[in-house]
Amino acid sequence: MNTPIDILSADATGPAALPRRNGELVFDAPWESRAFGAAVAMSQSGMYRFDELRDLLIAEIGQWERTHCSDDDGWSYYAHWLTALERLLAQLNLLDAEEIEERMRTIARHQEDEHGHRHD
Amino acid sequence: MNHHHTTTTTDPSYLALRMKAVESLLIEKGMVSGEAIDAITDAYEHDIGPLRGAGVVARAWVDEEYKRRLLSDGPAAIAELGITGFGAEVVVVVENTPQVHNVVVCTLCSCYPWALLGLPPSWYKTPQYRGRIVRWPREVLAEFGVTLPNEVEIRVWDSSSDTRYLVLPQRPAGTEGLSERDLAALVTRDAMIGTGVVARPAA
Repeated sequence: MNTPIDILSADATGPAALPRRNGELVFDAPWESRAFGAAVAMSQSGMYRFDELRDLLIAEIGQWERTHCSDDDGWSYYAHWLTALERLLAQLNLLDAEEIEERMRTIARHQEDEHGHRHD
Repeated sequence: MNHHHTTTTTDPSYLALRMKAVESLLIEKGMVSGEAIDAITDAYEHDIGPLRGAGVVARAWVDEEYKRRLLSDGPAAIAELGITGFGAEVVVVVENTPQVHNVVVCTLCSCYPWALLGLPPSWYKTPQYRGRIVRWPREVLAEFGVTLPNEVEIRVWDSSSDTRYLVLPQRPAGTEGLSERDLAALVTRDAMIGTGVVARPAA
């Protein structure tokens, strides 16, 4: 009885349909999937152990919960995920907040320019 | 308490911009590729989902020996079915019986048997579920539509990075003639978290 289950094979009615079978998308917004994918990809390539990220995530969530009501509208799981990832990258001297903020300004400026051109 | 920089905003456009900046820097520095990120998000959006766990449950329902192995050594029994990946190596399977109902939470963050269920639903990650299911399991289960008689014991299992729980739900009556594949189709994600039960198939 050691045969893999046939429903796990890649047929159109099988696994491909599955994550949505319960009527929910996995991510609420595209940036969440990028944050998830980047963090997992870097742990898989050995830049850090996933548990290192998890420990920082627990700390972020814990801090939020100590300072907010549990039904606060401001809850965003992936906001904590992103903060934990940034902290880990900063600890590893791979990326710091200043660089990120500078790049945000550059991208925002670029987006504004594009927006402006469309209305010329 | 703000001893470090914290992304306090939850404004979606701000977070989207921030992640865009992070991603572009990571790619520029050669720390990750856009393709590697795509591969992971595609896998979790399209391939890795609750059907894997459902396959394990259905096999356990039709094969007593397999069920015994699954309950005594989850990772080995799961690997027998060709399932590997994140969290598969630390899975503990807990069995629902007429006397005991199991339900899973991660009180500290969102640990979850990704390899068997995919990524958790939003509610699993909320402070409300994580806090309340531990304190008021019977009431919270009722909110999910699972009303248990008082004599049924409820066990709440708190996941961690070392242990990720999967609930083996009870096989519903009226499914004696079903194939393993048809049985798997009955098993819902919530039933494997313990916030649901497997319903009898419609006649």
